[in-house]
Amino acid sequence: MASTRSQNQEPSRLVPIGLALPLVAFVLVTFVIPLGTMVVQSAYDPQVAQALPKTLDLLRDWNDSALPSSDVFETIASELISSREDRSIGKVATRVNRIKSGSRSVFAKTARRLERVEDTDLKTAMIEIDDRWEDIELWRAIRSAGQKFTARHYLRSVDLEPAQDGGIQQVSEDQRIYNTLYFRTVYVSLAVTVLCFLIGYPIAYAIASVSDSWAKILLVIVLVPFWTSLLVRTTSWLVLLQNQGVVNDVLVWIGLVSDDSRLALVHNMTGTLIAMTHVLLPFMILPLYAVMRSIPPDYMRAAASLGANPIEGFVKVYFPQSLPGVSAGCLLVFILSLGYYITPALVGGTKGQLISNMIAYHIQTSLNWGLAAAISVILLIGVFVCYFIFDRWVGIDKLKLG
Amino acid sequence: MRKNFQFRSLIGGSLLCIAANCVWAEETLTVVSFGGSYAKACVDGYHKAFTEETGIKIKLEDYNGGLAQIRAQVDAGSVHWDVVDTESSPLLTGCDEGLFEYVGDLDLPPAPDGTPASEDFFDGQIQDCGIGTLVFATVIAYNPENIDGEMPTTLQDFFDLEKFPGRRGMRRSPASNLEFALMGDGVPPDQVFELLSTEEGMQRAFRKLDSIKEHVIWWETGAQPPQMLADGEVIMTTAWNGRIFNAQVIEEQPFKIIWDGHLRDVGALTIVAGAPNLENAKKFLKFATSTRAMVGVANHISYAPLRHSGLPLVGKHAVTGEDMQPHMPTYPENSKNFLWNDVEWWSEREDELTERFNAWLSR
Amino acid sequence: MDYAIWKAAKIAFIVAVALGFGFLILPLIVIIPLSFNAEPYFTFTEGMLRFDGEAYSLRWYRSIIENPEWRTAIGNSFLIGVCATFIATVLGTLAALGLNHPMCPMRDAISALLISPMVTPVIIVAVGVFFFYSSLGLGQTHLGLILAHAMLGAPFVVITVTATLAGFDRTLLRAAASLGASPLTAFRRVQLPIISPGVFTGALFAFAASFDEVVIVLFLGGVDQRTIPRQMWSGIREEISPTILAIATLLIVFAILVLVAVELLQRSSKAAQAQK
Repeated sequence: MASTRSQNQEPSRLVPIGLALPLVAFVLVTFVIPLGTMVVQSAYDPQVAQALPKTLDLLRDWNDSALPSSDVFETIASELISSREDRSIGKVATRVNRIKSGSRSVFAKTARRLERVEDTDLKTAMIEIDDRWEDIELWRAIRSAGQKFTARHYLRSVDLEPAQDGGIQQVSEDQRIYNTLYFRTVYVSLAVTVLCFLIGYPIAYAIASVSDSWAKILLVIVLVPFWTSLLVRTTSWLVLLQNQGVVNDVLVWIGLVSDDSRLALVHNMTGTLIAMTHVLLPFMILPLYAVMRSIPPDYMRAAASLGANPIEGFVKVYFPQSLPGVSAGCLLVFILSLGYYITPALVGGTKGQLISNMIAYHIQTSLNWGLAAAISVILLIGVFVCYFIFDRWVGIDKLKLG
Repeated sequence: MRKNFQFRSLIGGSLLCIAANCVWAEETLTVVSFGGSYAKACVDGYHKAFTEETGIKIKLEDYNGGLAQIRAQVDAGSVHWDVVDTESSPLLTGCDEGLFEYVGDLDLPPAPDGTPASEDFFDGQIQDCGIGTLVFATVIAYNPENIDGEMPTTLQDFFDLEKFPGRRGMRRSPASNLEFALMGDGVPPDQVFELLSTEEGMQRAFRKLDSIKEHVIWWETGAQPPQMLADGEVIMTTAWNGRIFNAQVIEEQPFKIIWDGHLRDVGALTIVAGAPNLENAKKFLKFATSTRAMVGVANHISYAPLRHSGLPLVGKHAVTGEDMQPHMPTYPENSKNFLWNDVEWWSEREDELTERFNAWLSR
Repeated sequence: MDYAIWKAAKIAFIVAVALGFGFLILPLIVIIPLSFNAEPYFTFTEGMLRFDGEAYSLRWYRSIIENPEWRTAIGNSFLIGVCATFIATVLGTLAALGLNHPMCPMRDAISALLISPMVTPVIIVAVGVFFFYSSLGLGQTHLGLILAHAMLGAPFVVITVTATLAGFDRTLLRAAASLGASPLTAFRRVQLPIISPGVFTGALFAFAASFDEVVIVLFLGGVDQRTIPRQMWSGIREEISPTILAIATLLIVFAILVLVAVELLQRSSKAAQAQK
């Protein structure tokens, strides 16, 4: 009893650490380690190395300008047969196929037929089974897929690939997509940020300049969308903007567009911009309002009494004081836009897709998890850079909720 | 004597069960399928009969196709799905990745007339990792209410913006679209994949798609095409024939199918590697690939049996009494000009072509 | 002349602000009547515009109740939300107390770590969670989603509790101790009443975060773990029917209730601080 009391009077460092520790441990296990797994996944792929260890050993000494010697053929033949038995051959095929498209079937086909080959000259036998074994590029692809640690996914995620001479080259023009999507993501995020600012600033200003009781009512209009599910808001835009939707109906009714030339407002970039602006607008208004509320109205009055017209007064006096809110709101909206997935996926069509849609595609459909992880890491780095700027410029602690 | 044996095996079984710490649960099996009208057709078509005959209860789950969930289960070693309904292309990919059990040696039931299964099935549909159960078609469908004057009749009409101005729906994937593009450009079906294997052929396909690109709305799930036709978002769309059938017969929509130049593919059943109820899953696969089960499905939705013995047995729709034969992709009248999907071809190029297709879309 | 321009500018400003408010709230208001549409359309039928009673119905609300998928989804959303909120609130409150303790070492580093799940794009969190949780066998389980959502919600609790602690006078604790109260009693009788509005606000934020989360559910959840937003996602992509508008309307009502609750909590927090 006495000891606890003395501890209480001179609190040791153990108390706060002990209190924070459970959450720290929880966040480490549920968040930090998963992100670590993701980083590992983006650069570590041991499947081929495990299936064809001896072949890869031999290929290390191969000069890659001529076909490998027949002992390499013999080694890979026996390893293909055994990997067919333990069913790892498909994983090899998938990975080599990602490097050299059109080589998936060569592995299973060769392994299947090799079991029946009695010939001692396996090199000739394998080329007879499938002449793709004569292709030096296939061997290069096997060697490259055999690297346990690889930068391949990172290169691919910025539209690059390893070149034959050991350097790096751009992938062929009709395969380039990721850089376009990064740029589009940044472009959409900037556009949404600007739109949010243009719509949000007057709203925040209005709320900050009316009486307290009016401000409460107006704030509710901002907070109801803020608390309403993202899916609900996306759904409502989908419903409103579609061809036979309310917005087009109204436009036809007032005669702005004719019935057979209804506007395509959804499943394209327009839809993405409208819906994302709506979803993120409260994140602009709330920090702006928090700052504007603290600007004393006397300043404007003082400027007016000194002969400045109201617009001049606003530009020279009020706006500079609201800048902390502007930067907080803009960076918040920008960073949130960078990682948006649901809204573009539902209302974006093909032209409104962002980089996050590509991540989901590689996780769920193509099963190229390494590439999905690499794109995620790049996006994560981008976001961290933004936060760093944000922290330097505004300070993270300026972020407020609600 | 026989009775005695049964009694002993019952006692033995229960002792075993206690030793293995199992409860006297009903035998169950988790079957994962695509949901919607198709899953319903399977339940009414043969799941119920299976449970009646074997006492094994089926727990039916939905998924949206794809392999991510299966791979996550297999990689983690915590598999809780048994049987999965899949399309031919993920079947092959998943087989390569070791996600499915080997079922190529299952003793499948013969046809009603005794023809062995190996002869009764369509060629190559008893695969290493899965057994084909049905034929479905990707077709062009249109809503006559959205088109004035002459109606489209051929695949070429789908690409003809002058004769049929308006928006089209297409699936957001290179598969099916590249084939449609070449056939729509006048290439005979038997030359399509040969031509697509060359760069010129590929460019020709993309050029054809380019010609209508600005007028295409891309769909991703099978339910979208009938929805878009009903809403008037598009005048024509590619679609899976079963979905259009459902809209025609159940929802009484006036939709029409253009069978000219359709693409044929198969649906298959497979067992997840490490399935918790492997033996039951095998029983289920044998049952589901019987002629009777296939015909049962075909009498609920317009997917044709994958056994020669099944085709003539397809009769009337179980609910509406509609004659199902003319709705089958394999019906002679519908089979004048079509193309079988080449799964091997696609499995080699799908990753590359999807990237190319996505890059093309975003331009 | 100058005055006229000023007046015009003022009117333009008011119109712009009104349009802005309309943009914010109208999309939500419009879908509410649409959810009572008797026809399976997403736009106002002529009957609805005439306020014909026949044109309105509750059929889409009935279809929520009748559809087992929606019932499962609603159950899952609340189950996962409540469990995740509980974990997030307990751990988050303890951590906030620790972080605001005057002797806390490395406060900035620790709080940066604890806040990071909130500021990382969900798609990235979902990718990491998918890889790691799947490898532990937590894929397609409720537990996996509860843990992930608790991790997303905890930062909200840390922030709101910290905010209520900012004005807390620690001499009160010492005074209590000098009167013979054990640290636990001192905490329960002195500190807890002051921070409790912050705890509840944080819990509400955490619950809302879980209730609205769909990306992680998409990657990690199976069919048995479908939540309301997940069900809406497939509803939009697969078979879009006005049922989705009925659910949306219910969720808007739910959002308003949460908003009122937060407002009341903030008021009581201010009152508690004023009392002190």
